[in-house]
Amino acid sequence: MATAGWQRRMAWVLGAVAVVGPLAAPNDYWIGVMARICLYATLALGLNIVVGFAGLLDLGYVAFFGIGSYLYAFLASTHFGLHLPFLLAVPIVVVLTAFSGILIGAPTLRLRGDYLAIVTLGFGEITYLLLINLDRPVNITGGPSGIIGIDPPAVAGFALSRNTQYYYLFLAALALTLLASGRLRRSRIGWAWQAIREDELAARAMGINTTVAKLQAFAIGASFAGIGGSFLASWQRSVFPENFLFTESINILAMVILGGMGNLLGVVMGATLLVSLPEVFRDLQRYRLLVFGLMLMVLMVFRPEGLLTLQGRHDEEAEPGA
Amino acid sequence: MAGVLAILPQQIVFGLALGTVYGLVALGYTMVYGVLFMINFAHGEIFMIGAYVGWWVLALLLKAQVGALHPAWVVPLMLLHAMLFAGLLGVGLERFAYRPLYLRGATRLGPLISAIGASIFLQNAVMLSQGARMKVYMTSLLFPRTWRIQIAGASVSLLVIVMIVVAGLMMWGLHLLVQRTKLGRSIRAVAEDREMATIMGVNVRRVIAVTFFLGSALGGAGGVLVGLYYTQIDFFMGYSAGLKAFTAAVLGGIGNIRGAMLGGLILGLVESLAVTFMNPAYKDVVAFVILIVVLVFRPMGLLGENVAEREKV
Amino acid sequence: MLKLTDVVAHYGPIQVLKSVNLEVRAGEIVCLLGGNASGKSTTMKTILGVVRPTAGRVEFEDQRIDRLPTETIVRRGISLVPEARRIFARMTVWENLAMGAFTRQKAPAGELAADVERVYALFPRLAERQHQLGGTLSGGEQQMLAIGRALMARPRLLLMDEPSMGLAPVLVDQVFDIIQSINRLGTTILVVEQNAAVALSIASRGYVLQNGRIVVHDAARALLAADHIRRAYLGED
Repeated sequence: MATAGWQRRMAWVLGAVAVVGPLAAPNDYWIGVMARICLYATLALGLNIVVGFAGLLDLGYVAFFGIGSYLYAFLASTHFGLHLPFLLAVPIVVVLTAFSGILIGAPTLRLRGDYLAIVTLGFGEITYLLLINLDRPVNITGGPSGIIGIDPPAVAGFALSRNTQYYYLFLAALALTLLASGRLRRSRIGWAWQAIREDELAARAMGINTTVAKLQAFAIGASFAGIGGSFLASWQRSVFPENFLFTESINILAMVILGGMGNLLGVVMGATLLVSLPEVFRDLQRYRLLVFGLMLMVLMVFRPEGLLTLQGRHDEEAEPGA
Repeated sequence: MAGVLAILPQQIVFGLALGTVYGLVALGYTMVYGVLFMINFAHGEIFMIGAYVGWWVLALLLKAQVGALHPAWVVPLMLLHAMLFAGLLGVGLERFAYRPLYLRGATRLGPLISAIGASIFLQNAVMLSQGARMKVYMTSLLFPRTWRIQIAGASVSLLVIVMIVVAGLMMWGLHLLVQRTKLGRSIRAVAEDREMATIMGVNVRRVIAVTFFLGSALGGAGGVLVGLYYTQIDFFMGYSAGLKAFTAAVLGGIGNIRGAMLGGLILGLVESLAVTFMNPAYKDVVAFVILIVVLVFRPMGLLGENVAEREKV
Repeated sequence: MLKLTDVVAHYGPIQVLKSVNLEVRAGEIVCLLGGNASGKSTTMKTILGVVRPTAGRVEFEDQRIDRLPTETIVRRGISLVPEARRIFARMTVWENLAMGAFTRQKAPAGELAADVERVYALFPRLAERQHQLGGTLSGGEQQMLAIGRALMARPRLLLMDEPSMGLAPVLVDQVFDIIQSINRLGTTILVVEQNAAVALSIASRGYVLQNGRIVVHDAARALLAADHIRRAYLGED
């Protein structure tokens, strides 16, 4: 899967900009925005594995983000009195979130495109309803008031506190997930995913175990959300059910679609645009979702392949008789 | 337990009322799926906008001080406007957000994403133009609380009866339209074999637009009924109502018109009983669990998927 | 009556018809022969406007029809019995016939009922099963229904795509007898067939389509006699 030369050059430029970025930021607030871009790009890359690579439209991705965040909150906060160190808690969260991906993915394996979308949406809603209601009879999630008093990340006794520090932590995670995504795409699993995306029956006929491949996509996609979730929880020092509404799933999905499903640079660009534009047009904040909805429609009508296209991709196939 | 049993007949009647309305809204999903194989994700918003149009009709009547408002003419007036507006909105959506995609022969995800975009757009358009605060239906002016009927030990308000009758009549009307008329035959023909319908001389685009109009109009009527019943409406109400109506459609077998009605009734009853016997906070979970269980174990619904068993060629 | 001149048509990116020239005169039965994927069905769909020709012209009764929507073409008097019958399985026999008359908006109800009776007279089996769903009919009955449905449009030109496909030999003869009697009642017929022997026996002329081009055109009798045609389409060595 050759990326066009200019896209690779642009990726290097963007990487360099990202590293020196905080020096140019006007204030700490903007460094926070940049940190959020990295966080969301990581999430979008996770969803991109499921939607972009394997072609499974997941409308409930925010469930994994929520599960990751809450798991981290359970493991490192005053809520249960557990205070696992960051470097231990994050891997545990990632593994458990990946497992939740398998649990949620398993029942959907036989479903076709739009049914799959609705079922994943249903799982997203159930997750939210559980988060908001599981404070009774036993207080697990803290209910509507969420969990506060979450430990900040600390490595070797050095606790992160400033946005710049978080930014570089998130940037490192983004670089890692980008690298992983790139390698996955070129791996055997990546080819299996692509085959499933283009034609599931044919993929099965080629001897691909579509069940395993789909579950791998769900698990790996969810694990990225586990990373994002832990980071969000440790950065906000608190988690609330309202962080994990359906609109958040759509927000992340739009990042993937805007940049061009499957295209890594595109996904990062999508995240950058969708996180930063509302900041730039703060006065127009009220119109954010309006524009967003319009954008999704216009994009599907005029440029369904996203802003950056993946070469050699046949997204739309003619339906005879249509 | 005795307390629960005492309110049981009441809950069953509520469940029926809720169920017929779910069924009404579910028809919109099922009909559109029937002809286009797409989930019209924005249908919930069309339902919500129907509720707003009904609210406006009532509000304008109150403002104009036309005298005593009797439900016998006010409710039909509200329904008519809501249905017309919702129907035209549905046609507009079809024309600009979906038709360019299906003419290109786009695969399933494109139309679905476009529909999600339409849903978010409409929600926010209503929020920005009507305000984020909920609006209150002056139901008590139309249906005084004293208008109640005793049925099988349940004291039922007249409004609930009106809901069941209106929704029932509309479903029956649609059933006749689809089964007995030439227009209905052309809709079924397009649903079954689009190319063959073309060869018969059916204008497929027009039939799809008409289908959107009908489904959306029924959704708009559902919005008015729900508004009258719950008396509070807001720009977000279409989301969960839409999901539940979709669940009803799937439960009955999407694409199957009778199935949508049956699915609506079952969902309405289950939900109102769930509220009686368990923590109401999990009311919505019930609907989603039903949806998932049905899709996973019986993806063709209770009455069988009428249309989509044919895989894409 | 029908004239195709240098018709080119694409299916997606693939050029299916490269250059098709053929003519059907009023009152004739014309047979279009060709192997698999030679473009026969596409030719039929192009005449009806279901597939749009990318070049060339289609004329019907001396008027260009290749830019018209299908419904107008059907209204002008062309209808199709499609390959594999494609009846509406979830509609009753009667409803299928009613769909056939879809474009005749202004026809009085009595006239349509009379036409249904005429179809039933031609195919008594359909009358017995008029309230049954199309999907429950046998293959032969479905073929009768498909023909009846096409006749309901009162076509002056009837296009038939592989009417014998999948039918038992007895039924094949029966179907071709019916095609002949339909023709005698004044309907012009263009029939696509794999079963060239039977088709040519009732046709006056025949065309052979190969890779999207008409390669041979002759009187039916001459084609039946020609060696290379016999070898290619009649399964003889």
